[in-house]
Amino acid sequence: MKIHLKIWRQPNSEMPGKLVNYTLDGIIPEVSFLEMLDILNEDLLKKGDEPVAFDNDCREGICGMCSLYINGRPHGPEQGVTVCQLHMRSFKDEDTIYVEPWRAKSFPVLKDLIVDRAAFDRIIQAGGYISVNTGSAPDANAIPIPREVAKEAFEAADCIGCGACVAACKNASAMLFVATKISHLALLPQGQVERQSRVEKMVAQMDKEGFGACTNTGACSYECPKSIPLNHIARLNREYLSAKLTSNSL
Amino acid sequence: MNWLTKTLTSTVGQKVLMSMTGLFLISFLVVHLTGNLMLFKDDNGVAFNAYAHFMSTAGIIRVAELILVLGFVLHIYTAWRLTRHNRQTRPQDYIYSRPDINSSWFSRNMGITGSVVLIFLLTHLHHFWFKYKFQADIPLAAGTDYKDMYWLAQTFFQQEWWFSILYIVAMVFLGFHLAHAFESAFQTLGIHHKKYTPFLKKLGVLFAIIVPAGFATMPIYFLI
Amino acid sequence: MWNDCGMSRNKEGLKKAKDKIKALEEEFWKNLRMVGTNDELNQTLEKSLRVADFLEMSQLMVEDALHRNESCGSHFREEYQTEEGEAQRDDDNFAYVAAWEYQGKNKPEVLHKEALKFENAKLTQRNYK
Repeated sequence: MKIHLKIWRQPNSEMPGKLVNYTLDGIIPEVSFLEMLDILNEDLLKKGDEPVAFDNDCREGICGMCSLYINGRPHGPEQGVTVCQLHMRSFKDEDTIYVEPWRAKSFPVLKDLIVDRAAFDRIIQAGGYISVNTGSAPDANAIPIPREVAKEAFEAADCIGCGACVAACKNASAMLFVATKISHLALLPQGQVERQSRVEKMVAQMDKEGFGACTNTGACSYECPKSIPLNHIARLNREYLSAKLTSNSL
Repeated sequence: MNWLTKTLTSTVGQKVLMSMTGLFLISFLVVHLTGNLMLFKDDNGVAFNAYAHFMSTAGIIRVAELILVLGFVLHIYTAWRLTRHNRQTRPQDYIYSRPDINSSWFSRNMGITGSVVLIFLLTHLHHFWFKYKFQADIPLAAGTDYKDMYWLAQTFFQQEWWFSILYIVAMVFLGFHLAHAFESAFQTLGIHHKKYTPFLKKLGVLFAIIVPAGFATMPIYFLI
Repeated sequence: MWNDCGMSRNKEGLKKAKDKIKALEEEFWKNLRMVGTNDELNQTLEKSLRVADFLEMSQLMVEDALHRNESCGSHFREEYQTEEGEAQRDDDNFAYVAAWEYQGKNKPEVLHKEALKFENAKLTQRNYK
């Protein structure tokens, strides 16, 4: 199949970027979207042009590195998948495909389609951890956790930190990302020690990074490659309010 | 800053302010609609005029009025602050974006629908509250010593029919605003549970249709 | 690497691998197509450096496998096996960890030996029988 690409090219965070047109012919529908970009890059390299820079790593939907805004949506037209799980069979012959990086003040573009997502790391560093004694692993059933609770915690822990939620949100809000960490750890017994300080610190860091406020549009959840639902954001709000009202930190 | 101001100026805290003032204003809508339904009582406005007189003179209502104004101001001010902040989060916008696929128009345009409702609110206050209070040439209601609010409403809707149309349009926007607001307010307060959320969602949709429709019947009633 | 320096390897195969990698390396440096500069985020440079690293690493692995004239763990030299096909160690000559010191391009690396000392266990021949 033949496709027309409009790809965002930007040399670095200081210089302005623009969309550049490329046309690829002979793409088979079975290749993944990233493989299609590999093919494009090989062509560019042969011509002596600079290949398109884009983030990717595991290519099986678990690492959260790939981060492309394809045809107006994070991770492209399919729901519940990352870019690396997207295949060219989702497009038609002669399609025009827009490829842009995540756009948010807190995610500056480093080059072409690569953005700096260190803001997420700093939010995690602020409180997305638990304190436990290291040593031999405890017995699997030593701490009983109800199945429903474990299921919900797991649903939150599905987050791979790709940032599609921020990219999709009209306010570039990181609430779904932060909510999954809060929800995951607040639900489990191991997370109780820092339960209140965690939510206070992580929300403070989230605001410091300049992410927007949640207006409950639901775009994040719809575009999340792990389809993490909005009820986790409700839990974040609940945890935050209760921590603020009852914690010992002034 | 102490813990309370820190909380209320955080993004989550500001959203909580939005939702609490919003729910308060929703309760005001219910009271206002219930009272105004007396317009439909077939007694040439006796009950409605008595109600209007009570609302404009009773001391308790003065206090409630003050809290209501405060609620409006806080709701609007916080919305303005949040919107300003949210607009700064994406200096370079997408060239091609399809938000229509992942979210509803109502949820993305609360600022627009809210602004329309605000403009309506100001003209509405001018048309009724201000005139009832300060306009001298309003006749007294039959057999009483207070102004005929029923007459005011009737002449306004019948003589300035284009305003009646605008009122109806404004109610459509109020419906749009409420369509997202109702459920969103509970979500922001952390109320999300499989026992209540499905009900609250349905109630929100019903509320967003019934309340604005209820208000819209008033200009329609006088027009036809 | 998989064919000639896999879990089972022999002297002949390793020598063949050595020549092949050498040829590959020469081709790599001759035909390398590089774009961009050092002073920016350059994924082409990142990838090329990784290939260069792999080429050096594989040469070292072959070199080390060639020098260790015994079978030990996942280093199974076909020449050194017991009658039953088990790994045949040579503890007198090879009971050490090898560390190779780089001497510059096209110069042989210098071998440093770190002797293995066993205090509680004794070295014996593995036997599954």
